[in-house]
Amino acid sequence: MHMGKIMLEVNDLSTKYITRFKEDVYAVSDVSFTLEEGRSVGIAGESGCGKSTLALSLMGYYFPPLHYIKGDIIIDGQNITKMKPDDVRKNVLGTEIAYIPQAAMNALNPTRKVIRFIEDVVRAHDPKATKKDIHDLARQRFEVLNLPESTLNKHAVELSGGMKQRTVIAVSTILSPKVLIADEPSSALDVTSQKAVIKMLNDLMDMGLVKSMIFITHELPLLYNVTDDIIVMYAAQVVEKGNANQMVFDPLHPYSKGLMGSMLVPEEGTRETKLAAIPGTPPNLKKPPEGCRFAERCKYVMPQCKVYSVGYTEYGDGRGGRCLLSETELRDLYAIEN
Amino acid sequence: MSDTKQLCLSGKGVTKVFGHGKTKTVAVDNVDFEFYSGDLISIVGESGSGKTTLIKMLLGLTSVTDGEIHFMGQPRDIKTRHKKKEYWKGIQAIFQDPYSSYNIFSKIDTVLLDCIHMRGGRRLPKETKTEMMREACSFVNLKFDEMTNKYPFELSGGQMQRLMIARIFLLKPKILLADEPTSMIDACSRATILDFLLKLRDEVGMTIIFITHDMGLAYYVSDTVFIMEKGKIVEHGSANDVILNPKAPYTVQLLNDIPKIHDPWEFSRNRREVSDAG
Repeated sequence: MHMGKIMLEVNDLSTKYITRFKEDVYAVSDVSFTLEEGRSVGIAGESGCGKSTLALSLMGYYFPPLHYIKGDIIIDGQNITKMKPDDVRKNVLGTEIAYIPQAAMNALNPTRKVIRFIEDVVRAHDPKATKKDIHDLARQRFEVLNLPESTLNKHAVELSGGMKQRTVIAVSTILSPKVLIADEPSSALDVTSQKAVIKMLNDLMDMGLVKSMIFITHELPLLYNVTDDIIVMYAAQVVEKGNANQMVFDPLHPYSKGLMGSMLVPEEGTRETKLAAIPGTPPNLKKPPEGCRFAERCKYVMPQCKVYSVGYTEYGDGRGGRCLLSETELRDLYAIEN
Repeated sequence: MSDTKQLCLSGKGVTKVFGHGKTKTVAVDNVDFEFYSGDLISIVGESGSGKTTLIKMLLGLTSVTDGEIHFMGQPRDIKTRHKKKEYWKGIQAIFQDPYSSYNIFSKIDTVLLDCIHMRGGRRLPKETKTEMMREACSFVNLKFDEMTNKYPFELSGGQMQRLMIARIFLLKPKILLADEPTSMIDACSRATILDFLLKLRDEVGMTIIFITHDMGLAYYVSDTVFIMEKGKIVEHGSANDVILNPKAPYTVQLLNDIPKIHDPWEFSRNRREVSDAG
């Protein structure tokens, strides 16, 4: 375990949506994790488990229907949950934390050239920046990222899907943020462009233009290739956390185990193994169940699972999980099954 | 399986051209294929490679610009509406989006009843029909008693897709075309859908043509794999041959670009080694 400078620290963050019928939907509850300089963390989970809401919540900029409940977000020593929304927008978004949306195809205004977006971003933080400075910065950044310089003077419609996504990444990281949140940046692309996008994110990290990264996707093989650590979310909570190798080859929580079992890769031997399916559906987050949220679908459910609420336990070495059973008990359980 | 497999669908020089003059696009370009009954065939390609157009032609939803399609050894004839309906008794499809595959005004029992009627079961006694519907629902692990009096949109995406398979079970077509049936649902429910498709192949003996862009998925389910690039079939053969020993440069490139577990990308491997050492 090595300790770099902590870039992002999240403590017990909880947020909710208020629907138009005034019902509360607890989309993120009690999420804590830390992210060190130079490392990336992946967030995996089924759709509707709160991955994207977590990403939105981390930016500290809340607008209805999303509401803040409790918890701290500390970016490089600065607690952004205590700041006013306008302050967050001026001083945090873009420079401290940047966000790449899922739908990059629609993120660019079709009537403006790419360079105008960059001007907007830079000017929002430094109103006095001259046009020449901005253009120099943009040209230099595009060169480093192997994007053709001509892109700067193009409109969004002239770019292909993969190019659009890479442009969006270049624009949102122009101010070298400390934390970059990538929310399924490649799910709308085919595999070739996907690799180009991932390569570019990797380059950004290597060159230190982005200090740390949070990568969200439901595709596990991709996550394994991109990030150092993996967090598995289920029903708004973190159920397991660990480094990529541990999580993929040796998952401990029954849910992560099921998730890793449903992974499909075109490699020898995968044809013979049977895919594991987790029966049932996730609980309704309007009224999250008492006790373990995964109890309804868990193969190894015990009577006490549905009664006691389950806290997050550290297993050591940066690893931890949310299960009533301890690490050794879980390992024994799987050993018996095999 | 016996060596003498029956040829159930084949095509020779199948071509589809959209537009003309400057806007002419060849979506499917002079494609030959032979699909044998009892197989699960995957057609893999990136977006824009013409796989959906090919499927639409096979279903008879769009016209064929050039070439011939043979169905059960005979040239396909769908010139009249009546003949088309006959053809659709032998070939059916499941589409990508389960949310838009149903008529929102009909309840689930109506959906299933229609399938029985389409197979000529209109005059069967009511009890037999209910029994058939119950069997179809239990085939895909849905509880029939909970389904009656519900509308399809009250179900989850995975359940809707399973109901779609229950429909297919009642219709018992010779060929099922599945156009990315798992791309809109979760990784966990994906396994269930795939299992039911395999069950259809093994228990009912259906031929399934599976369209996907996911090599891992294709490798897991299929007997035969066809790789499409820009409207052409660049490689085909058994799943083991094509995925583990690809010959065509395009297949090699596709396989390189797919994230893998035991053989990660060059740059991710470097990163991991650095981070593990430090």
